[in-house]
Amino acid sequence: MAMSGMRGLSVFISDIRNCQNKEQERLRVDKELGNIRNRFKNEKGLTPYEKKKYVWKMLYIYMLGYDVDFGHMEVVSLISAPKYAEKQVGYIVTSCMLNENHDFLRLIINCVRNDIIGRNETFQCLALTMVGNIGGREFAESLAPDVQKLLISSSCRPLVRKKAALCLLRLYRKNPDVVNVDGWSDRMTQLLDERDLGVLTAVMSLLVALVSKNYDAYWGCLPKCVRILERLSRNQDIPQDYMYYGIPSPWLQVKTMRALQYFPTIEDPNIRRSLFEVLQRILMGTDIVKNVNKNNASHAVLFEALALVMHLDAEKEMMSQCVALLGKFIAVREPNIRYLGLENMTRMLMVIDVQDIIKKHQAQIITSLKDPDISIRRRALDLLYGMCDVTNAKDIVEELLQYLSTADFAMCEELALKAAILAEKFAPDLSWYVDVILQLIDKAGDFVSDDIWYRVVQFVTNNDDLQPYAAVKAREYLDKPALHETMVKVSAYILGEYSHLLARRPGCSPKEIFSVLHEKLPTVSISTIAILLSTYAKILMHTQPPDPELQDHIWAIFNKYESCIDAEIQQRAVEYFTLSKKGVALMDILAEMPKFPERQSALIKKAEDTEIDTAEQSAIKLRAQQQQHTSNALVVTDQRPANRSLPVKVPSINNNAEANTADRGLTEVNGTLSRVDPQSATPSADLLSDLLGPLAIEGPPSAAAPDDQNLISGLEGVSNSSDALALAPLEEQSNSVQPIGNIAERFRALCLKDSGVLYEDPYIQIGVKAEWQAHHGRLVLFLGNKNTSPLVSVQALILPPSHLKMELSLVPETIPPRAQVQCPLEVVNLRPSRDVAVLDFSYKFGTIMVNVKLRLPAVLNKFLQPISVAAEEFFPQWRSLSGPPLKLQEVVRGVKPLSLPEMANLFNSFQLMVTPGLDPNPNNLVASTTFYSESTRAMLCLIRVETDPSDRTQLRMTVASGDPLLTFELKEFIKEQLVSIPTPSPMPALAPPQVQPTIPATGATDPGAILAGLL
Amino acid sequence: MGIRFILLVNKQGQTRLAQYYEYLTLEQRRALEGEIVRKCLARTEQQCSFVEHRNYKVVYRRYASLFFLVGVDNDENELAILEFIHLLVETMDRHFGNVCELDIMFHLEKAHFMLEEMVMNGCIVETSKQNILTPIQLMDKAS
Repeated sequence: MAMSGMRGLSVFISDIRNCQNKEQERLRVDKELGNIRNRFKNEKGLTPYEKKKYVWKMLYIYMLGYDVDFGHMEVVSLISAPKYAEKQVGYIVTSCMLNENHDFLRLIINCVRNDIIGRNETFQCLALTMVGNIGGREFAESLAPDVQKLLISSSCRPLVRKKAALCLLRLYRKNPDVVNVDGWSDRMTQLLDERDLGVLTAVMSLLVALVSKNYDAYWGCLPKCVRILERLSRNQDIPQDYMYYGIPSPWLQVKTMRALQYFPTIEDPNIRRSLFEVLQRILMGTDIVKNVNKNNASHAVLFEALALVMHLDAEKEMMSQCVALLGKFIAVREPNIRYLGLENMTRMLMVIDVQDIIKKHQAQIITSLKDPDISIRRRALDLLYGMCDVTNAKDIVEELLQYLSTADFAMCEELALKAAILAEKFAPDLSWYVDVILQLIDKAGDFVSDDIWYRVVQFVTNNDDLQPYAAVKAREYLDKPALHETMVKVSAYILGEYSHLLARRPGCSPKEIFSVLHEKLPTVSISTIAILLSTYAKILMHTQPPDPELQDHIWAIFNKYESCIDAEIQQRAVEYFTLSKKGVALMDILAEMPKFPERQSALIKKAEDTEIDTAEQSAIKLRAQQQQHTSNALVVTDQRPANRSLPVKVPSINNNAEANTADRGLTEVNGTLSRVDPQSATPSADLLSDLLGPLAIEGPPSAAAPDDQNLISGLEGVSNSSDALALAPLEEQSNSVQPIGNIAERFRALCLKDSGVLYEDPYIQIGVKAEWQAHHGRLVLFLGNKNTSPLVSVQALILPPSHLKMELSLVPETIPPRAQVQCPLEVVNLRPSRDVAVLDFSYKFGTIMVNVKLRLPAVLNKFLQPISVAAEEFFPQWRSLSGPPLKLQEVVRGVKPLSLPEMANLFNSFQLMVTPGLDPNPNNLVASTTFYSESTRAMLCLIRVETDPSDRTQLRMTVASGDPLLTFELKEFIKEQLVSIPTPSPMPALAPPQVQPTIPATGATDPGAILAGLL
Repeated sequence: MGIRFILLVNKQGQTRLAQYYEYLTLEQRRALEGEIVRKCLARTEQQCSFVEHRNYKVVYRRYASLFFLVGVDNDENELAILEFIHLLVETMDRHFGNVCELDIMFHLEKAHFMLEEMVMNGCIVETSKQNILTPIQLMDKAS
């Protein structure tokens, strides 16, 4: 048997191994712990060797899962031992057993620091590793400068520097201030010139952490990363020991491509080209080979390359190549590749324009939903969930429902929730939605949370057309022999409200409905009985003329429950009994439930909440956030931060238990309508109060509203009149709706992009997708109704400036619930102008009239096309356009200070192509572009900017073109961009709700432009 | 942050090596190890090497009687981790010569030294077997 250097340790381990059962093991461990404790008590007699041995035993016992609550001091003290062997044990066991907040760690900071700054390489490595694994804030503050020094030191050997890099990463995570961005970004750039692949591997991890927080400071690292990738993929100068089955360090390749995914884009065309060459080679050159390790390693690289290609928004051709590859992967038998194919295809969904290609694989994906491996099934479910839209919702949801009956326990709840969300989001018609949810409850009632059935009730209540249908369906389910309790709840509720709509159908007389429901009562729980009682009261109310037999029967039930042990049931029974004796007055009190206020689906919220945030934001999530601007799909989710209060106040009725006589109870009810702040209530509680609270007794709103407004303001000291609007139908109000997100911010983002959200409020989302071709443009407006009720009186009016010819196709007057309408808008650019077109948009939701005026992103730069002009063409052109009005020059002051590369980026983003090196003066910048309009046709424009390195707030700009108006407008346009730079907002959700757009200087005369100026 | 933990467990579910890169209390570790081991050991050879558990993804590989389980964040490159496990095994092989469960059991400290050279703070530091083993070889010579 192999023996370790420590005999006592080996004996102990082999004793443990020979234990027949857990009990024997525990006895042996307890004996050993007692022994160690004794030996540590009189430490004087311990040799360093013994100490070392006992510490290893402690670690072994700890690994087995036993608590070791002593001896930590002995472990830590080994760190200050002079000999390497003891020091090493001290460092390793400390990082395994102690956490960063342990008090003992504070005692050794000095000792650790001495090892780090000392001359002994091996000590340095040990100390750096320990700090890298468990160092806390205090370590960060006292050690960061020393660690940085080691990392960049030229005299330090790679074995120390690679550890310093990861140690610094830990310290940075503990306290980001230890890395001073200004100085460090250059250092990082230099570090990436490193030849040693071990150091590079560690430095790359550090870079990923840095750029994930702030990529903007590390643009300089981007070309270096591309070069490293080139070196690896071409196998240039890679030591044999870093080759893994013929592949140059796959781990470093993967890490490098991961770092690149944190940069939003790559501006420099040359770097972009080099990178795409590498990526293309990886995509095309990865074959399936027999050796499993080689295969895995090459596919690890391939999958990372796919992720990077997706991130970089490659050309369509390359994207389809990626989808084709993934399509191949999801069909292979090898389970790992299939799993990853499904996973990456789900990520691919974030890329616009490939959804249609992915949909072709739907059948294949559904096959994976039935795979014996749960990991694969989960991926398939996620993918189906992600790719679902209006066109395939029926197929996918029905597939999920079918699968639900055979799915294993572990997945049912997720499956039910996802099916419910998809049915809600993409229902082609609402009756289908009702069908799906009822089937869901029928097939998997145990996994259907209350939120799901609350939601279907909300839909039914808010849509009059749906009510008879839902009632019929509910009635049908009641005939089934075995019924889930949730089904009893939902059918009882729906039939209580709407069974009178079925009066003439067979089996639907009040008496029959009552008896079929009452059959269920003996088997259901208290909460369901409460609903049944309410339903009985409602049935009684709807039975006109009264049926004495039914009435007696129901009264008897109320009587029986008056003495129920549950207070809620008791109260309902007493109140309903007394109320139902009041005859006609009952009609008012038990009137149909009012419509629910619109709100975010609790289901979707729930699905979002389950996504746990990790400390480091992943590149994928980051991308998803960036994508939020560009997605034109109708998103129902709420993008506001959680800490802002919801605009909807929930009405609820104070169920006052003291009110035990009905007369008093009634006045109480009318008098104490109170509003529950949804923030203070848990989501389910607020839903409950919504559904169950008002169900018990509904006071006539017209009588209640005026009184209680005063009461509320008196009680709560709040006199916000809009607070009182939630419950009662009120007179029209206009523009009380707050937009979601910053309108100006959205417009500015769309000036640079061709698709994204133009406007959003709680009811509607307006998305835009545009295509530009020379002086023609085609915008499509996506009008998405986010609600369960229709939007009516929809009007869209275009106020075009005089230089644009715009034609909007017909906009329907009504947008059905949850539907999205597309309205194409044709644009022709007649001549150069900076004026902006305005969309005057209005709609009515319930009694609320909303009118917004939105600037449309058909702006000057959309009619530009970058063109690269070589020096030998540029200068003759530049000289031939001599002086005003074709060439205009202006000194611009008050410019937002930008470095030259930043300014070049800005120019490029507006399609003004910067040609580096054309101007001999490095402080100048030269750009060229082509402008398209009907009057000018394609016209070349040349721009030169001379900056002053000593004062970045001023510059001299010269613009030249063959058309005086174009020269002037373009010059003014660029000036506007330089003076007010559209900074991309870091988090769209954090944008203030109130819109404060900058006012562009317009000297225009047409109404559209004036309006745009006012916006 | 990459790798959250590395576990070596035998067929009977006994832990042979455990290294965590985030602090978990003993109870949390016990619960986590129990759940994960139960999940992974129940899987067949025909199933994939990835198991989703809570907010981790576990990438695992079996070598004879020993399972290597690596817990990672959800967006880690799974195949790269899968091959990293193999690199670890090859490195142990080179040192012990056809490594077996007993080698790792009785040379717990060496296994820790190797891991320490390969992973730090949840990130991969070194992938050259030569560089990983140099410190251990030096130590063996010294003793």
